[in-house]
Amino acid sequence: MKILGFIAVIITGILLLQAERDFPDWGDPASPANNYRLSQHYITQTFTETTVPNMVTAVLADYRGYDTMFETVVIFTAGIAIIGILRVFGSSSQLEHKEPTLTAKKPDLIVDTTCRLLIPIIQLFALYVVAHGHHSPGGGFQGGVIFGASFILLALARNLQTAQKWLPESRVLTLAGAGIFIYAGFGVAALVLGGDFLDYGILTKLLPGGVEDARSHSMLGVEIGVAFTVTAIMFSIYSNLASNGKMKEGI
Amino acid sequence: MTEQAPVLILLFPFLSAIVVALAGIRMKGLCWPLVLLSLAGSVCASLSTLGRVLDEGTIRYHLGGWAPPIGIEFRIDGLNALVAVTVSLVALITAIYSKISVEAESKDKVSQYYAIFLLLIAGLLGMVITGDAFNLYVLLEVSALTSYALIAMGSKRATLAAFKYLIMGTIGASFYLLGVGYLYIKTGSLNMFDIHEQLVLNNLEQSPTILVAFMLITVAVWIKMAFFPLHAWLPNAYAFAPTTSSSIMGPLVTKVMIYVMIRMVLTVFGPDYAFEVLNWDNIVVWLAVIAILAGSIGALAQKDLRKMLTFLIIAEVGYMVGGVWLADETGMVGSIFHIISDAFMTLCVFLFAGIVFTKTGRRNITAVEGMFKKMPLTMVGFIVGAFSLIGIPPTAGFFSKWYLIQGGINSGNWEYVVALLISSLVNAVLFFRIIEIAYFGAKPADGHDDHHGEDHSKISEAPFTQLVPLLGTAALLVIIGIYNKDIVSIIQDFLLPFNLGAGS
Amino acid sequence: MEFLETISTKFNYWIYIIIMMIGLYAMISKNNLVKKLIGMSIFQTAIILFYVSIGYKENATIPILYHDQVHGAQHEEAGDQNELSNAVEEAAKEIHVAADEQAEHGLEASHVDHPSSLEINPDHFANPLPHVLMLTAIVVGVATLGVGLAITQKLYGEFGSIEESEILEQIKSAK
Repeated sequence: MKILGFIAVIITGILLLQAERDFPDWGDPASPANNYRLSQHYITQTFTETTVPNMVTAVLADYRGYDTMFETVVIFTAGIAIIGILRVFGSSSQLEHKEPTLTAKKPDLIVDTTCRLLIPIIQLFALYVVAHGHHSPGGGFQGGVIFGASFILLALARNLQTAQKWLPESRVLTLAGAGIFIYAGFGVAALVLGGDFLDYGILTKLLPGGVEDARSHSMLGVEIGVAFTVTAIMFSIYSNLASNGKMKEGI
Repeated sequence: MTEQAPVLILLFPFLSAIVVALAGIRMKGLCWPLVLLSLAGSVCASLSTLGRVLDEGTIRYHLGGWAPPIGIEFRIDGLNALVAVTVSLVALITAIYSKISVEAESKDKVSQYYAIFLLLIAGLLGMVITGDAFNLYVLLEVSALTSYALIAMGSKRATLAAFKYLIMGTIGASFYLLGVGYLYIKTGSLNMFDIHEQLVLNNLEQSPTILVAFMLITVAVWIKMAFFPLHAWLPNAYAFAPTTSSSIMGPLVTKVMIYVMIRMVLTVFGPDYAFEVLNWDNIVVWLAVIAILAGSIGALAQKDLRKMLTFLIIAEVGYMVGGVWLADETGMVGSIFHIISDAFMTLCVFLFAGIVFTKTGRRNITAVEGMFKKMPLTMVGFIVGAFSLIGIPPTAGFFSKWYLIQGGINSGNWEYVVALLISSLVNAVLFFRIIEIAYFGAKPADGHDDHHGEDHSKISEAPFTQLVPLLGTAALLVIIGIYNKDIVSIIQDFLLPFNLGAGS
Repeated sequence: MEFLETISTKFNYWIYIIIMMIGLYAMISKNNLVKKLIGMSIFQTAIILFYVSIGYKENATIPILYHDQVHGAQHEEAGDQNELSNAVEEAAKEIHVAADEQAEHGLEASHVDHPSSLEINPDHFANPLPHVLMLTAIVVGVATLGVGLAITQKLYGEFGSIEESEILEQIKSAK
């Protein structure tokens, strides 16, 4: 298998290198990918069309918002899939003996105090990253991951139960589903108002401001939905993997 | 509402998946009706889309109101619409069937199972209707992740199979992503139709980047559809998965990947590039011949009923890949028609295998012993599916094979014709063996355990929710066979602008 | 010399292929399931490097408009500097009065359709599209890795091992 794998890898590598002569130079602004009207449009028109200075956010949540909706679905799928694969409902005595018995660990003073100080700041920063995704690097995914990480930190510093007081399993799923519903809700609202799916422009009928503002506001709403899902699923993945699907002890 | 039908096709399963995931935990009884309802809605939407395509021609639907290539679009022509109808119908039939087996096989995870099931359907339908190369990747991953989970929720051996599938599937999907990247670096576009326009406009036919992109994408879809040398993940994964999982993935996942291959060859790269500039047709047809023969021989060697059927899938994939690369219009018609008929006939035999498994609890072929007396209606359904796989008129399988063979003769690829005939013969041997066991009982040499006979006496006809889908599929196979001319004319209308020559 | 030049102008593309092949090798050849997943992660990350390299432009900045570009379009001095020569300085203030300069920059036709007080030179911002695509790819990578780890854990619970060969032996002996 090793030799076979090596040969396959070498062949693939040589094949990929063949095309490289043909590539435009690295960092060439005149390369087809950078010079085509697609990228030009995104750079020059984003602000006039959506009043969002961060082009990445605008392309992510508006121009290619349909992609991003399914990106959120991928996260949701992963969460549900891991629950489906690992989660053991109820008591499972037959698996118990394999687990090393964890003695109730006393929280370390330094770790505990640091986390107590850090977690609020992390969460505040996460909210900032979500809310300020239009103007600076950030957005729903990044903010959601940071927010989820704060709960994982809590679970690591104390134990899984403490973190689950804030995010019990039922709430995790509700949050994750609610996030997708927020996202899809913007799409369906556009559908109901007579536009195409996810056409935020038509939401001016509901939101203040002109078409551009409606797009900008909808993007914020959509990002919040994404952040919900990502926060919930990140913590769900961690807690399932850490406790081997039993949601009891864990690291 | 018909104007919004394209997006409703996948909104129904997608949104109800989330409802099922949330509400189903508390109210398990709600899951199954909700799944049925949403899939029925999806079938209606896809049928109305098909009707509109037949009336008005290609439908373009701009998501987010942005015109392509700036935004993402659905672009639905005869091919998409037909495949979308097939996918949603197969999903609905499997969902009806799933009631008993899901509750038996994943007791406390019914809601998760159905949520993943619906997300798989949403992913597959999304792949079928999208007109954006990158969007296809995202939906490919949705369907891939759900397939891993559906397999891994099965028995002990399924878990390792799921892991292997995950590794292979990730290699495949990443190659696809890389291929799209290679196209993007040369064209700057992600919309399938726009990529094609740019390829023609900039004369990129001789560019090695495009060549590598084509190879990457082809290999990626070959991995995903389990084309012969890359098929190793499929048999165990489908054979040991829960019965509902294999009845949904066996018919659909590989077929949708063949659709993707046809879409890539015809729309993105163009038949001129794929068949004339590259001129690989003969090599690929030979590969397909090997795949057909390997699949058939592998099927002959199996004692496990479902594993035998998985090897048949590999052979069928060989039919369709070969049919595409015959570079002949009739062969292409045959391939596209075979996507539809193969989806239904694979579904039919997998449903039968599922019923046998739930009834007897045995995986071996001998489990069907004496079934004719105990469950005659079930056997009727199975026989129609088997006849279709063998290629006996008036079932759908006969007509699609007919076009494939015609294509092989037109293009002078006799090896392909011979392989098809041999494979049909092997199918006949396989299925008549099963029918024989079911009718006359197993030979004493085959039945190792005598005490199994006692268990059989309790078996009666399959329950209503399992019998109706099986018989419905069988009826559909005959109906598709009878109305084959209409389906073929839709496919021919779709193929008209591509100017596929007769033979290479 | 020519060979060195091809490497130096396409440095990133070389690196991405090497990293990707390392990942692919680990995925195919390693016996340990977790090592396979690590290989998978490397493999996917290499593709991210490739995409992000496509979007890179020399002397360009991140694709986010500056605060004063957005808000200070009115009180901006006439764009008389030679922007190509001191592009770094230029990146800080990018606004020009649109009406004056549209002609001399040879803008896209689509740009003229939407007259605005804001004019942006596309060469000064990295291509945002690959970044967006890679956000998706990162998310997909995380999701796949999570599911992969979950399957590995289930395998460990069932077979008590994460070595592929040992698991295969157990399956064989169970037959």
